Amino acid sequence: MAKIKKTIKTIRVDADKCNGCRGCEIICSAYHAEPKYSSINPAKSRIQVLTHRLQNIWLPVFAGEYTPAECMGRDKYVIDGKEYEECAFCRAACPSRDLFKDPDSGLPLKCDMCEGNESGPLCVEWCLNDVLTYEEREEEVEEEVEMEEMEIGLGSLIDKYGLDKIASTVARMSQKD
Amino acid sequence: MRYAETGYNLEIDLATGNIERVETDPKLMELHLGGLGTSVKMHWDRVPPETKPFDPENLLIFSTGLFNGTPAYSSNRTVVSFISPQTGLLAYPMMGGFWSAELKYAGYDKVIFRNKSPKWVYLWVHNDTVELRDASHLEGRGAVETQDLIREELGEPKAEVAAIGPAGEHKVFVASIEQSRSSASRGGGGAVMGDKKIKAVAVRGTKDVYLARGAEFMEHMKEVTEYINFRNENPLPGVMTILSGIGSPQEMKHTDEKWHTESFAWGNARVRRKDFWTKEVEEKWTKTHLGTVKRLISCFNCPQQCGGLVSYEGVPRYMMKCFSKLTYLMAAYVDDLDFGFKIAQRAFEYGVDSFSTPQILAFAVELYEAGILTDKDFEGCPSDKEGRFMWLLDRLALREGIGDVLADGTYWAARKIGNGAEEYDHNTIKKHEQMNIKLGMLDPLYYLMFATNEKISITQIEGNWPQAAFPSREDREAFVKDWPQIPDDKFKQYFLDWEPRGDNSNPYYPTPQMSAEIVDWMEMLHNIDDALCLCAGMASFCLKPPYHIHNYPKLISAATGMDLDEEGLKKIVNRSRNLHRAYNIRLGLTRADEKPPEDHWRKRFPELEEELLTTYYKYKGWNYDGVPTKERLHELDLDYVAEDLEKRGFLKDGQD
Repeated sequence: MAKIKKTIKTIRVDADKCNGCRGCEIICSAYHAEPKYSSINPAKSRIQVLTHRLQNIWLPVFAGEYTPAECMGRDKYVIDGKEYEECAFCRAACPSRDLFKDPDSGLPLKCDMCEGNESGPLCVEWCLNDVLTYEEREEEVEEEVEMEEMEIGLGSLIDKYGLDKIASTVARMSQKD
Repeated sequence: MRYAETGYNLEIDLATGNIERVETDPKLMELHLGGLGTSVKMHWDRVPPETKPFDPENLLIFSTGLFNGTPAYSSNRTVVSFISPQTGLLAYPMMGGFWSAELKYAGYDKVIFRNKSPKWVYLWVHNDTVELRDASHLEGRGAVETQDLIREELGEPKAEVAAIGPAGEHKVFVASIEQSRSSASRGGGGAVMGDKKIKAVAVRGTKDVYLARGAEFMEHMKEVTEYINFRNENPLPGVMTILSGIGSPQEMKHTDEKWHTESFAWGNARVRRKDFWTKEVEEKWTKTHLGTVKRLISCFNCPQQCGGLVSYEGVPRYMMKCFSKLTYLMAAYVDDLDFGFKIAQRAFEYGVDSFSTPQILAFAVELYEAGILTDKDFEGCPSDKEGRFMWLLDRLALREGIGDVLADGTYWAARKIGNGAEEYDHNTIKKHEQMNIKLGMLDPLYYLMFATNEKISITQIEGNWPQAAFPSREDREAFVKDWPQIPDDKFKQYFLDWEPRGDNSNPYYPTPQMSAEIVDWMEMLHNIDDALCLCAGMASFCLKPPYHIHNYPKLISAATGMDLDEEGLKKIVNRSRNLHRAYNIRLGLTRADEKPPEDHWRKRFPELEEELLTTYYKYKGWNYDGVPTKERLHELDLDYVAEDLEKRGFLKDGQD
């Protein structure tokens, strides 16, 4: 298969430097307002600073993919004696919580790295304490056709039961109709 | 659509529990901007001068400013205003933190409390849902712990809570209102809150704040940001470290306390200890400081780090800012920074002003040593300095025993105690405790700022003009070369000619006329900050700040849609300042009250001081008594104020 180049975009979060100002939330919501910069509402921001002040927790988290179903179980991390809230490090807009949903419509929000803005993600630019750093790199990856969700599911079934068994089951089920 | 402001206030009648969402008149923004400006107008219109601080009619207003919730860096202040139980004048302590942004996002500019609640309540504002909730279970709880208890109870980790502690509940005149890492502490707002039986105000908002011309606003903010970066990379030469940067002094960051400990007075603002900061002290204090401050933190949308998360062994965690790490230990003559961190935690939970309170405690210690207070008053008090201060703090905050008298502040306590106690009340202006500074030569600028400002607290009056003349002409030239913030070029010459010694030095230079102009400039900028609720640390309180008279009108215009130029902006804040002055005149403020403490400077010049005051009044358009003239009030569209002052006899017929 041919090799292709893919751009990996990363925002490096040095949470130890965060002073908890929520400036990233402000600029994010302003940039994504319609028209641009016409309104501000941190609740609509695609980055949220999870905060427990007296526990010394200031954790900026970016909105990732939407998920229609929550995980089978949740996680709760304790690091250096600090107990983070449930699923704190997960970026999903998930039914288990309010995070990363538009407060009015409930629709999921997702960080788009401020697509269209020449200087890159604005939260990075706006944070004057250098908590956020934007990094871009190119990686060579095997060209492959991205599998759709059903293919992924079928693939895992084939791995488990073998292609023959799956094929005969599908054939049997389709005859029932 | 309203821009920058939300256009709505919350009116809370505590007696009936009635809550109303009231649309405000858009004209008020054109006349008074917002924040302190529109709050003063509301007090003038609604609270007559016969009102006493603990009357139900005394309004308690929590106000946001025009810029809270916008992308303007450092706009995070809340102005709390009320007639002060301590001074009897209109007080307006401010706090940083996160509260105001949250209120704006909830859809309101101000929360206005009137009357008194029959039982302890807290207000919960969550967008359109606003309710008074029972707070009887929170009575007696600390001002810091209450904030987390309310967040837990509401299941709203993002709610911002302003709360009082036991001192506020007991109507201690120096009781503060605490919120996240900040507090509105001067003048006894906590006491008025306690008198109304409001334990806390909790807010969470998820609505939009609108900008009229957002893209243009952001263009201006880009320039402000560049200047912040420039100033952070280029500290000013020629001034001490603490004044060389922007932001309020970074007290939680700097461990070097030579300047504070040696320049400020210890005890009851008495003694300067010019050899205090030894190598040994420095090493010990640095170790304690670095081991205790876990993280530097800011207020909402601010790149500065004036606050610190404090974790001291054996003491519950809390957040601290500014000078409070030193005020108690210096007042108690304790040479140990550990004591500062220990007692501050207790003081913040009680909810008391960390400027006034240590001085009151030191005043009590002096009275005891002088035999004016007796063993009976101090019965049960430990004999060591630390224990004694803790014991006195407990008494004051809970109004127990001698603490009940001390809780009214130095001025009132001295008069209650009598027997010569009045002489120990040597550091108050207008009944309010001042910074613990005692200096040599009269400074004409500071004379005017101390004497005349409605704030009655020097740190929130001074700022843009250097505190002292630079010794070399070369340095002065370098300083004025790059000074885009000055309102008028003439100030450059004033500064160039100002020398530490000789003919052109304090107290006769700057001349009274120049002094009036410089002080007016600083007040003007403070008044703009307070209307926008932008932190003075990024504008009026520091040298060469990012925000100033030349970029403010552009930012305000883009945010609000009003077309405002420099003259227009100056006129608005001048109007608000004159209204504030007129209000205080109605409350009884006189020329005789306008003077710094007798011992503030060793070298005094009574004639010059009189001339300074008269020149300043004249410059402001006030008469000999400090009352705004009819003519000045007319210029500022305040004819209704002139009429009222005439009716009440403060302005006489034929006298301007």
